[in-house]
Amino acid sequence: MSDKKMIPIGPFHPLLEEPEFFKFYVEGERVVDADVRIGYNHRGIEKLAESKTYDMDVFLVERICGICSTSHPFAFVQAAEDISGIEIPERAKFIRTIIGELERIHSHLLWVGLAGHFIGYNTVFMWAWKYREPVLDVFEAISGNRNHYGMFKVGGVRRDIKEADIPALLSALDEIEKFCSMLTKAVMDDPVLQARTKGIGILKKQDALDLCVVGPVARASGVAIDIRKDLPYAAYDRVDFEKIVLPDGDVFSKAAVRLLETIESVKIIRQCLKEMPVGPIEAEVREVGIGEGIGQHEAPRGEVIHYVRSNNSNYPERHKIRAPSFMNVPSFKKTVIGEMIADAALITAGVDPCYCCTERMAVVDQATDKILLSGNELVRLCQEKTEKLRKCF
Amino acid sequence: MNLTDKIKEKFGEKVGIFEKSRRRLYVTVSREDAKEMVRFLFRDLKARFSIATGIDIRPGVEILYHLAFDELGVMVSVRVLVEKPELKMDSFTDFMPAVDWIEREIHEMLGVDFVGHPNLKRLLLPDDWPEGEHPYRKNTFESEKENDER
Amino acid sequence: MVNLFKWGLKKSLWVFHLGASACNNCDIEILDLLTPKFDVERFGIVLVGSPRHADVLLVSGIVNRQSIERFRRVYDQVPNPKLVVAIGACACSANMFRDSYNFVKPLDQIIPVDVYVPGCPPKPEAMIAGVVKALQKIR
Repeated sequence: MSDKKMIPIGPFHPLLEEPEFFKFYVEGERVVDADVRIGYNHRGIEKLAESKTYDMDVFLVERICGICSTSHPFAFVQAAEDISGIEIPERAKFIRTIIGELERIHSHLLWVGLAGHFIGYNTVFMWAWKYREPVLDVFEAISGNRNHYGMFKVGGVRRDIKEADIPALLSALDEIEKFCSMLTKAVMDDPVLQARTKGIGILKKQDALDLCVVGPVARASGVAIDIRKDLPYAAYDRVDFEKIVLPDGDVFSKAAVRLLETIESVKIIRQCLKEMPVGPIEAEVREVGIGEGIGQHEAPRGEVIHYVRSNNSNYPERHKIRAPSFMNVPSFKKTVIGEMIADAALITAGVDPCYCCTERMAVVDQATDKILLSGNELVRLCQEKTEKLRKCF
Repeated sequence: MNLTDKIKEKFGEKVGIFEKSRRRLYVTVSREDAKEMVRFLFRDLKARFSIATGIDIRPGVEILYHLAFDELGVMVSVRVLVEKPELKMDSFTDFMPAVDWIEREIHEMLGVDFVGHPNLKRLLLPDDWPEGEHPYRKNTFESEKENDER
Repeated sequence: MVNLFKWGLKKSLWVFHLGASACNNCDIEILDLLTPKFDVERFGIVLVGSPRHADVLLVSGIVNRQSIERFRRVYDQVPNPKLVVAIGACACSANMFRDSYNFVKPLDQIIPVDVYVPGCPPKPEAMIAGVVKALQKIR
């Protein structure tokens, strides 16, 4: 009993982007229990939203998370529009879709880079982040900023994509697609990466259903949900793409789902750029109406859902925000218990926890609560295991 | 048989159903029937629990359980009023593990006690946040109560 | 002796990134500095994993009630001489979270800040310029 040690990852661990506190309890080399303490990132945004107008709230919710910064405005404006069924112009729907998919590419590439670092493939980290840059350049060309694009508003979008820019955007997309395909092939065919990630951190399908996980975490465990296809919104019902579902539920499947999705995203953006009709980009919205509305969006991490209740004023009476990680992070307990401590960092990263979306890793002695192995050491253990495996090939 | 009919068949007069649109169904039940309703939707009809919303209104805390039927393309929101001052509600963690964290959040933010929850401790608020202070409560009701009493 | 030390400090900067309660955007832009497009390691700026090895503290995000104590502790762990650079609008002031019930105080009322880099998020070029300004303060 006194042998149980807890390993904290975080808070303020430089490679786990946000201040989070994952606690792992181990016996020897194996994880026997796990807990997570969030709250380091709690900024009281839901309450803040009630004291700001709908227009200001779009900017507020953008800053819930920097990586999926468009996902929250996407869901929020749809919730506000759902209250009294506001229809937005066709061109706005396509532009929203383009921005949403560009973000998916950038977020998945970011994750691949970080996971690569955890495993010890620093070249993957450098490459993935280097090839993220063209995506950020496209964002800057369209919206004026690399992150926090400020493109959404209730009733449409705030900026147009100029017809003259589209050829340049299409050729940038070709480059991005080339890299995504190359990276996907490199990762999925690499024998060391397969040995390192296959069979690790398996989330069984029934657990995925009981815990109601969403996004790539669900699709990697055989649960075929994708809001873009199930409850279509924006221009998603006008474009052709695949729902990527894999059955095994391990870290490899999670990585494969994300990589294959980037290629689907490129397809979607290309179709949107070609088929986008000419026309206005915003509907004139006088008031949101009285009632309640729900907006959903398939963010890179899964379903984002916003609920808005409106009385007769310009301020929401209640604004509920639920990010995908709120449903996904609890599943880490099921996937990490029973696994080796050297894999703990990787399994936790496999959930792609955007802690700042949710709110917000260590071996600790269960009796005394003292830290025995820091987050840095956990990542080092993860990287060392890869080295050992590599020598077998 | 569509979703509305299935619900009416099982619960009859005990529910109020509002079909806002093809995608949005709002179902109102009493606090006593809520568990059976959510269990029916989640276990029998295989919905996916998306999230629960708690709102402070004058008579109590209104909780909406949002359950998604992905294959049908419908979102069902089950509306329950948890009355003041008791603010007691059954926990659904025994049949729906996904509700664990949101019950903790509604508990600390609005003060609802979820009876039967295995671990109803703080989730988001800092450790030194004062007990009994619930940030999502609307304090205006206190002053309205004073006005009523005058 | 002091001048020699200051010269040594100017040669390569070891930087520790402290994300308080951030949306993470500034954080990934800081990590972006390491990647081939910006590659600050050419200038000798190294991101270290422990505050005890750092010369410069890069801070992003607002300070909320849960993190304020750990925050002060990390600041004390950085050995002197040290510089603090506030990255992003949240660290410079409070951005839009000023009225939040969980917000404590602006960063510079908790620890002394030497350079402010505003923006939401600031571009990586602006961050590099901020660190260079911090360098000039040592002179």
